Amino acid sequence: MMAFQSVDTIRILPEIILSAFAILVMVLEPWVAARKSALGWLSLAGVIAAALATLKTAGSPGLAFGGSVSADGFSLFFVDLFLAIAALCLLGSIHYLERDRVHHGEYYALILLATVGACFMAASTDLIMIFIGLEISSISTYILAGFKRQELASNEASLKYFLLGSFATAFFLYGVALVYGLTGTTNLLRLREQAGGSPGAALAALALILMFVGLAFKVSSAPFQVWTPDVYQGAPAPVTAFLSTAPKAAAFAVLLRIFAGSLAGSGPVSFWVLWISAVLTMTVGNLAAIWQSNVKRLLAYSSIAHAGYVLVGITAGGAEGVSSVLFYLAGYALMNVGAFILVAHLAGRGERRVDVADYTALAAARPSAAALLTVFLVSLAGFPGTVGFFAKFYVFRAAVHAHLIGLVTIALLNSVVSVYYYLKIVVAMYMGEGETGVSAAAMPNALRAAVVLSVAGIFYLGLYPAPLLAALARIPKPGL
Amino acid sequence: MLQDYIPVLVQLIAVVAVAGGILGASALVGKKRPTREKLSPYECGSVPVGNARERFSISFYLVGMLFILFDVEAVFLYPWAVVYKSLKWFGFIEMFVYIAILLAGYLYLWKKGALDWSR
Repeated sequence: MMAFQSVDTIRILPEIILSAFAILVMVLEPWVAARKSALGWLSLAGVIAAALATLKTAGSPGLAFGGSVSADGFSLFFVDLFLAIAALCLLGSIHYLERDRVHHGEYYALILLATVGACFMAASTDLIMIFIGLEISSISTYILAGFKRQELASNEASLKYFLLGSFATAFFLYGVALVYGLTGTTNLLRLREQAGGSPGAALAALALILMFVGLAFKVSSAPFQVWTPDVYQGAPAPVTAFLSTAPKAAAFAVLLRIFAGSLAGSGPVSFWVLWISAVLTMTVGNLAAIWQSNVKRLLAYSSIAHAGYVLVGITAGGAEGVSSVLFYLAGYALMNVGAFILVAHLAGRGERRVDVADYTALAAARPSAAALLTVFLVSLAGFPGTVGFFAKFYVFRAAVHAHLIGLVTIALLNSVVSVYYYLKIVVAMYMGEGETGVSAAAMPNALRAAVVLSVAGIFYLGLYPAPLLAALARIPKPGL
Repeated sequence: MLQDYIPVLVQLIAVVAVAGGILGASALVGKKRPTREKLSPYECGSVPVGNARERFSISFYLVGMLFILFDVEAVFLYPWAVVYKSLKWFGFIEMFVYIAILLAGYLYLWKKGALDWSR
């Protein structure tokens, strides 16, 4: 029998606190009739409490609950990242929900629970535990995508995400079952010991591919990206901000644990699966984004392209590759969350103003909003001075060091293409003639705080990437 | 390897025997007083035959879903009760937390009016 130690609970303390706050928000919801925003601030307090708890967790690193959860530098990085994403999304949601008259406390509870799931995905070292984390975060986000019950697009997003998502998790689970059948364990650390000399290399490759399919859906990498534009467009924009970052980063954490770590024994298969997927994802995302006239849809394709760049880093592998991926995910989270919550505000009540054409001449009418959006777009395009530049630079450098010249060439060409559609919006905002179509409402303080924080992060990491990079280089990577 | 599955086979035979026995016995010796209602096919909460495009009350499905939820969660109490003594205080507190979470869910849906049939 597994002996229980109190240190086990400390190692998952952030997740416990988040869950407790989620349940508290849920129970209070029916009692708080008038001011639902209080529940939003309560959730934010929960996220901050969990962030403080990560300090305590960092004090006692190690495995917990019979080796199924690991509190190490790697998982703590992701937990902190998810907490930051959740905090920014909460700040961006409170006024949005009021404005669009969907202010229900369940929203906040679901954001917290989705964060818990993402944390467990990143922290788990057991495939079953990873699956449970995946389900917790998925089911919460399925509901969040359809949170605007009265809107058909939101309903469609939820249903699509749910159907395809459950299909994909089935693939993942099938892969897990094969792994268990082959090795008799679902624990990644024990798998790592067995890797190499395991019987049935063909079956192991199949298991690997099946698990990859399940995770590729979550990170929306080609050819499993088809759901992404519809869901990102239909879901409420602050939810999209969350969807496009937290569950994606969590799935990347799992990919890193599985591919860079435990099943490295079946080398060429996982290498080529990653290589092909990276190329397809970048190219499909960027080429499709060019033709988009809807800003949410454009950003959805851009997020697909960014998943491709991250896959380049994972293909490169090694300590440098993993560090570069972690850096990329942190930068990507800042710019994507910022862009989506700003778009959510500019779209006005009911999110009606989401065409690129609506952004025409925005700079003249609302200079500060235009400037902030420009920072996000320019960073997504990877201009120097912003985090987007260093994120791409480190990933590509890691790939060059791994002698993946062909892959880096394709990635560079893709970045060039991407500049076109990001600047299309910027050009419309600054050089377009005519009336701007977007909402003229003043930015609420909470949203402004979130946007300014993300911009500050973008510039800080874009100008001084060294501290974070050094910290990332120090943390132990799974399987290395 | 194959003989490991003999218990499964035994259980399968037992299931067929018991279920078949009960159904067979009631068919042979049971009294039959059919009424219109009894003869109608059993369908959860709605009229089984008719136009598919009709409005029906959602409450039945809501209550049904909640029943499944709480029922499945109650099942977890059984394995806990079996090993209760060896888990000592840890097991007791864990189960207490578990039931408290269930209770929170119950409070939520009670206050939301999900159990209110007439709503």
